[in-house]
Amino acid sequence: MPAILIERVSKAFPTSRAAVTALENIDLEIPAGQFVCLLGPSGCGKSTLLNAVAGFARPDAGRILVNGVPVTGPSPERGMVFQEYALFPWMTVAQNVAFGLEVKRMPKAAVQARVDELLHMLKLSEFAERYPKELSGGMRQRVAIARVLALDSPILLMDEPFGALDALTRRSLQDELLRLWSELGKTVLFVTHSIEESIFLADRIVVMTYRPGTVKRDLRVDLPRPRDPAAPEFNQLKRELSELVAQEQTRHEADERLALTTD
Amino acid sequence: MNAWRRALQGLPLIVAVLALWELVGLTGWVNPKVLPPPHAVAARWWEYLAPPQPYDPEAGSRLAWLLSGELVQDAAGSLYRVLAGFVLGAALAVPVGLLMGASSRVYGLCNPLLQILRPIPPIAYIPLSILWFGLGNPPAIFLIAIGAFFPVLMNTIAGVRSVDGIFLRAAQNLGAGRLTIFRRVILPASMPYVLTGMRVGIGTAFIVVIVAEMIAVNNGLGFRILEAREYFWSDKIIAGMLSIGLIGLAIDQGMSLINNHLLRWHRGLEH
Repeated sequence: MPAILIERVSKAFPTSRAAVTALENIDLEIPAGQFVCLLGPSGCGKSTLLNAVAGFARPDAGRILVNGVPVTGPSPERGMVFQEYALFPWMTVAQNVAFGLEVKRMPKAAVQARVDELLHMLKLSEFAERYPKELSGGMRQRVAIARVLALDSPILLMDEPFGALDALTRRSLQDELLRLWSELGKTVLFVTHSIEESIFLADRIVVMTYRPGTVKRDLRVDLPRPRDPAAPEFNQLKRELSELVAQEQTRHEADERLALTTD
Repeated sequence: MNAWRRALQGLPLIVAVLALWELVGLTGWVNPKVLPPPHAVAARWWEYLAPPQPYDPEAGSRLAWLLSGELVQDAAGSLYRVLAGFVLGAALAVPVGLLMGASSRVYGLCNPLLQILRPIPPIAYIPLSILWFGLGNPPAIFLIAIGAFFPVLMNTIAGVRSVDGIFLRAAQNLGAGRLTIFRRVILPASMPYVLTGMRVGIGTAFIVVIVAEMIAVNNGLGFRILEAREYFWSDKIIAGMLSIGLIGLAIDQGMSLINNHLLRWHRGLEH
C-alpha cells in the first residue's frame, strides 16, 4: 500500500475574473519512505496539492488516501512544516515542541524527556527557554521541524520550508533534513521552486505545470548521496529540469502580464 | 535608566512654564485668587497631603498616621472605584469579546445592540445610575464599568479576529481540538489587543471616576476639587488636578509595565 495515494485530484479557486484551476487530474503514488519534491513556478498548484494532503483544503474532485485511509482533515500523522515557521510566538522553544505531545495527553515526565531528546537531535538544547523572536530564521525552522517530529508522524509535509533562508543556512538545514530522514525513515513530500534544492534532496521530482496544475514530468533521481552540486550528473539534471520549469515560468509571466493589461 | 533620561529631556520646559507662572503672579498681572502662583499651590498641596493631626502612638501605627492625609484618603477612594469598576467592566467585556470574535453567529446577534449602546457616553448614564443605585460607590462603580467595558470589548473582538490563520492551521496539524486551540492559541494570540483595550479602558475609567465623584460621591479626588471651588480655593483645585494627572500617569505606566511583561514574547517589543 502506498503511503500517499493521490487519485484524479482537481481543485479550482473562484477569482474575480474567472475560476482558476489550481489542480487538474493529479495522480501520484508515493511509497513509504520516499523523499518526493514537488517542483514548479509559483501558481502551479504545488502548495495547493500539499495543503490537500495535509487536510487543510479539500479537493473538488478525486481523493487522497494516506496509508489506505481517506484524508478528511488535518492530522498529526501528516506533520506540516510551513515556510513562515508558524511557531507560536508566545511559547518558548520547549513549549512549542511540547505542544503536540501535550495535546496527545502524554504524561508530563514523558513530554519533558521527548522534548529534551528532540532539542538535542536538532541542536537546540541551549535555546529551550528562548522565545521564537529571539532566534534566527534557520533556528526557527529547526524548532518547527522538532515540533513536527515530536508527533512521530510517518509522513512529513514541507511547504517551501527553507525558502526564506540564506544560502548557507539553507544548505545546512538540507543536510540536517537528509540526516533525519535517513535516520527516521519518514515519507517526505517537499514543495520547492528551487531546482537545485530538489535535486539535492529528492528521490523523485514531480515537475508541475502552471495553471491548470498538472504533472508535467515525474522523474527519479538516482544520484548517490551525499550529492555534489558541482558534479556533472547533477548539472545535467539541473539543465534538464531548468528547461521544464522555464517553460512553465514563461507561461506564468505571460499570464500575469495579461492580467495586468486587462485590468 | 534610558526612560529617566528621556523624562529629564522635558525638564527645561516644565521649569520654564513654572517660572512664567510664578512671574505672572509676582508681577500682579493676574489676581492670585484666580490663578495662585506655583509656590502657593505647592504649599496647599503639602497641606492636602500631610496628616491633619500630629503623630500619636496611642491612635495607631506610624503608617496609618502617614496615610491619614486628605489627599491620600481621596486618592485611595478614587482608585478603589476605578479598580472595582474596571475589573467589573473588563470581566464582562473579555468573555463577550472572545465569543463575538470567535463566532460570527454570536457577533451577528450582539453587534447591532452594542453598536447602539456604544456611542452613549458613560456620563450620560449618570441620571439613571443615581436613580437605580442612589448615591455613593455603587453608581460610580457602575459608570466606570460602562466606561471600561467598550474599549476592552472592541479590542478583544479585533484581537480574536486578527489571529493569523497559520497558527490555527499549525495547531490543527499538531492535533489540537477546538477547545485547545481557543485556550492555547486564540487567547494568547489576541492578548496584545486585549491588553491594549485594557490600557484604554482603565484610562476611560479614570476619566469617569472624576466625573462620577463630582456628582454622586462625597469623597475622592473629583469630589474634592469641586468642593474646593465652593470655597474659592483655586490653589487646592490646581493641587487636586495635578494629583489626578500624576495618578493617571502612574496607572498608565503601571499598565504599560504589566503589558510589557505579559507580552515579552511579542514581536512589537523588539528593538
